[in-house]
Amino acid sequence: MKTTMQRKVIVIPCSGIGKALGSISREATYEVVESLRKGVTETTCLALITSGDEETLQLVKTNKCITVDGCPLQCAQKNVKLVDGELAASFRVVDTLKENRRLKPKSVTFLDRDGQELASLLAKQVAEKVDELLKE
Amino acid sequence: MVDLPEKKVGIISCSGEACVEGTISRVATRLVLEKLRTEKTVTICLPLFLAGGKEERAFAKCYPTITVDGCDKLCAKIATERYSGKPASSIVVTDLNGNKNCSTTGPKRKLDDQAMGLAEKVAERIAQEVDEVLNHWK
Repeated sequence: MKTTMQRKVIVIPCSGIGKALGSISREATYEVVESLRKGVTETTCLALITSGDEETLQLVKTNKCITVDGCPLQCAQKNVKLVDGELAASFRVVDTLKENRRLKPKSVTFLDRDGQELASLLAKQVAEKVDELLKE
Repeated sequence: MVDLPEKKVGIISCSGEACVEGTISRVATRLVLEKLRTEKTVTICLPLFLAGGKEERAFAKCYPTITVDGCDKLCAKIATERYSGKPASSIVVTDLNGNKNCSTTGPKRKLDDQAMGLAEKVAERIAQEVDEVLNHWK
């Protein structure tokens, strides 16, 4: 059984595969869990929630979760809610995009420069939210 | 004459965030969509089966599907079968690289040359399966 520190925050991206927005959600999440807030955060496969993996359901029910969705369909947020996960905050790439209209991310498989910049901006917002949650 | 919609194959990737093979399944799927079988394939985000509506759940009824999973947890296959329909074919990355378990450490964000090579191999395999599925349809 996977063990998780009590105060870890689980960051879950939608990883949508059809548009650049999903890739940005994924990249922002990796930036948080591997760099900005390494050690106090971790991620998990959203697909494991969708497929009903018991260990993963336990993980999202016993730790605070931040979802990072690409588009307004908000698959990550909805999946976490549907399994009664502890949803503490939600972010959407489209909102960060609206705040930064000069950026025009296009590439899906490998992010272009605008996509990378948007991911970094979003990652900083997520990291700040992680700090807030850890203080609670 | 009735204009029937073109036959296409739906590719559903697990995109698992927690292991390298998830990224490989995702990149391989995109390679097929963008390069290898552009006109013959479509995709859907796997989590839409739970978060979406009837249209998403009817996906596998409208299109024959190929699921691409990173590891033997088979999230894409299980969720597709449970919420949409039985896939025509199922590919598992760890079956192709000889590893029994997925790699939680390694280049999840940016695939290195070795992982990219495996993604290309998986993409070729998906493309072969696409051709098989379409041939069976004729």
